[in-house]
This record gives sequence, C-alpha cells and structure tokens, in this order.
Amino acid sequence: MGRALGPLSALLVLAGIAAAFGYAPRDAIQGNVQRIMYLHVPAILTAYVAIGVVLVASIAYLWSRRPDWDRTAAAAGELAVCFIALTLVTGSIWGKPTWGTWWTWDARLTSTALLFVIYLGYLLLRSVVDDPERGATYAAVLGIVGALDVPIIHFSVQWWRTLHQPATVLRPQAPTMDGAMLVALVLNVAAFVCLFAYLAARRYRLLTLEAQATARAWQ
Amino acid sequence: MPEFARRAWAVLWKDLVVERRAKEGANALGFFAILLLFLFYLALGPDRERIQSALAGLFWLAFLLAGVLGLGRSFALERENDCLDALVLAPGDKGGLYLGKVAGTTALMLGMEVVFIVATGLLYNLDLWAAVPRLLVVAFFGTVGFAAVGTLFAAMTAQLRAREVLLPVFLLPLVVPVLLAAVRLTEAALAGEPWSGAAAWWQLLVGFDVVFVVAGMLTFEFVLEA
Repeated sequence: MGRALGPLSALLVLAGIAAAFGYAPRDAIQGNVQRIMYLHVPAILTAYVAIGVVLVASIAYLWSRRPDWDRTAAAAGELAVCFIALTLVTGSIWGKPTWGTWWTWDARLTSTALLFVIYLGYLLLRSVVDDPERGATYAAVLGIVGALDVPIIHFSVQWWRTLHQPATVLRPQAPTMDGAMLVALVLNVAAFVCLFAYLAARRYRLLTLEAQATARAWQ
Repeated sequence: MPEFARRAWAVLWKDLVVERRAKEGANALGFFAILLLFLFYLALGPDRERIQSALAGLFWLAFLLAGVLGLGRSFALERENDCLDALVLAPGDKGGLYLGKVAGTTALMLGMEVVFIVATGLLYNLDLWAAVPRLLVVAFFGTVGFAAVGTLFAAMTAQLRAREVLLPVFLLPLVVPVLLAAVRLTEAALAGEPWSGAAAWWQLLVGFDVVFVVAGMLTFEFVLEA
C-alpha cells in the first residue's frame, strides 16, 4: 500500500498546484498573494492529523507495548514538526505583504508557534533517551499530554488576543469562499494528507529496518 | 482512609518530613524568590508605576522559574537515595504516589509564593494586603496545574543526563495556558475586580488542573516503570 501512495501523492500534489494557480480565481482584494493559502491551510490541517496520529499511536503503545506503535508515533511526530514549520513559513511569507510584518503576536500565530516548540521538544525527548524502550514510553506520555494541551492552548491564546482572520472552512456555518477556490483548497488538503500518509509509511519502514539491523548487530 | 488516599498521604508526609528536617528546598526556594525580586527591581528600575503594571506577570514568572527548580529538587531527592526504586516497587496503583508528589510540590511552591508575595509588598512598598486571600486562591490553582504537568516531566528528566536543561524545555511550553490564565486572574485579584469578569479564565485554569491531574495519574505508572 505504501508504494501506491507515492505516485498518488505526486499526482495529487501536481493537480493541487495546477488548481491553485490555474483553476482558482485571483483573490479580489489580496491578489495572487492569497494563493499561498492553498499551501498554508492544508499544511496546518495535515499537522493536526499528524498530532492526532501521535496521540492515538501513543495511547496504543502504552496499552500494548508493541514497538510498531512507537514507530508510528515517531514517524507522525517528525512529520507534525515538518508541517507546522511549513505553516509558520508560508504564513510569514503571506503576512509580510498582507499585514506588513513577518511576525506578529496574534493568537493563531502564537498557538501554532507553541505547538512547534512542543513537538520539537517531542523529537528532542526521543533523541536524548538512550534506552529505546524508556524513550518510547516517555515519548508516548509527552505525545498524550501534548495532544491534550493543544485545545487548551488554542482557547487560552485565543482569549488572550486575536487579529487573525476567522476560519472560513472549518466553522459551523457554510464556508464563505468562492466555489472554485474551495475545490482547489480541498484538492490540496487531500494531496497533503496523502503525502503525509506516504511519508509516514516510508519513515515507519525505515525505522523498522533500523530496529532490525540493530537487533542483528547484537546477535 | 481508602488505600489510594493513604498512599498519596504517605508520599506527601515523607516529602514534608524530609523538608522539615533538611530545610534545603524551602530555604533555597525562598531565597531564590527574594533574589528574583531584587533582579526584577534592578532590571525594571525604581519606577513604581512600571513595576505595578507588570506585577502579575512578574509574580508568575518568578513562580514558574522557582517551580522548575523545586520540581528538579523534588526528584533529585528520590534519585540520590534510590528512593525511585522503592516507589516503583510499592505495590498497587501508582496514581496515589503521583498525587502525593504533586501535593508535595504544590505545598513547597505555595510556601515560596507566600514569601514572594509578602516580600513584594514590603520591598516594593505596595499596598496589596487586601488582595492576598484572592491571590492565594489563584496561586493555589495555578500551582496545582503547574505541578500536575511538572511532576510527570520531572520524573522523566530525573533519569536523563541533561535534566536541568531538559525539564524547562519540555515543561514551559505545556504550561502556557496556566501562565495566561493565572496572570489574568492575578491582575483581577490585584485590581480588586470581581471574579465574574474572569469566569472564562477560571474555567480554563480549573479545567487544565483536572485534565492534567487525571492524565498524570493515568500515565505516572508508565513513567516510573520505564
């Protein structure tokens, strides 16, 4: 299955780029700068998916003590950091021409930056523990605690201050977006989630091979 | 007393007795808190208005920084005398042990926080005595949240080499909601505003405490036995 995901993600990403530049219309107010949204929004949504996978795999690891769940959490954790970083970078690039600044202490930016720091810490924790089983357990606990903290951080920072435009797709009412834009966005979200699944599967495979090689070296 | 509470009480009692006999933690933390007051004063200058407007933030910066030290010490004690092994060997549920450690850290930090608040009033010559009861309520709930997450990570990092650096790195981003809520509520307490204006922050702070005390009780066993 992992193999089929590769070409499929490549196809979807190409289609997504084509839709973002060719099919979706220019934004009436922001102009072409707005097209960065087709990268920005799928990146953060995929990061949330990755954080969810870390949570589920962490609970499953503590429950079953099977190393394959630990590898799943490790692969998803790395990708969570990648996609959060991508969100921050694309947001910055969009913010400069739109808000006139690379960075501002707006609620969403702040909570996303906190997520970045927490999951960077998650990778750090994985790297500093020598004993693999202990490292897996610690990482699982941080994976659970971190994911529980995500909604709390979101609300606390939201109340603290906000300036970001409110969410336009994931909200109770119908999206306020041109149909063609929405199609391009959904296509890109599908492409990113597929890409995530592919990369996670590859990383998982690599971690399995590494574990096997280590086990063989000890024999 | 149910088994569970007895277990928690035993750990808390042990920590309190160790503290009463050695007095290392309480003395060092109290001293550190007063030292921080000096540093804040020197950094911000003698302007009273400026200090007063930043007071709530200064309180919680001091509490968090001293709290990280207190947590590190709490588990250094367990590590040095191989007490951790004894805790692991204790039969039955580990949730009680966790509650005991959280309570011990909370008690130690609350002591330090009282010293800090009183010293602030005296040294900065501020009239905050009327607000003290409400400040202590906020301090209690904020400290419980901090200790709930902190105990979990202090138990983890106690086993690692670079523990002094790693504990704050893992802990501080996770307790940002506590910082935001507690600073806002402390501001309300200092200004003498009614709690009703900050009801959402109370919900957030108490919710944080409940979520992470429960999560800690469920996961502490795994951390200890790893």
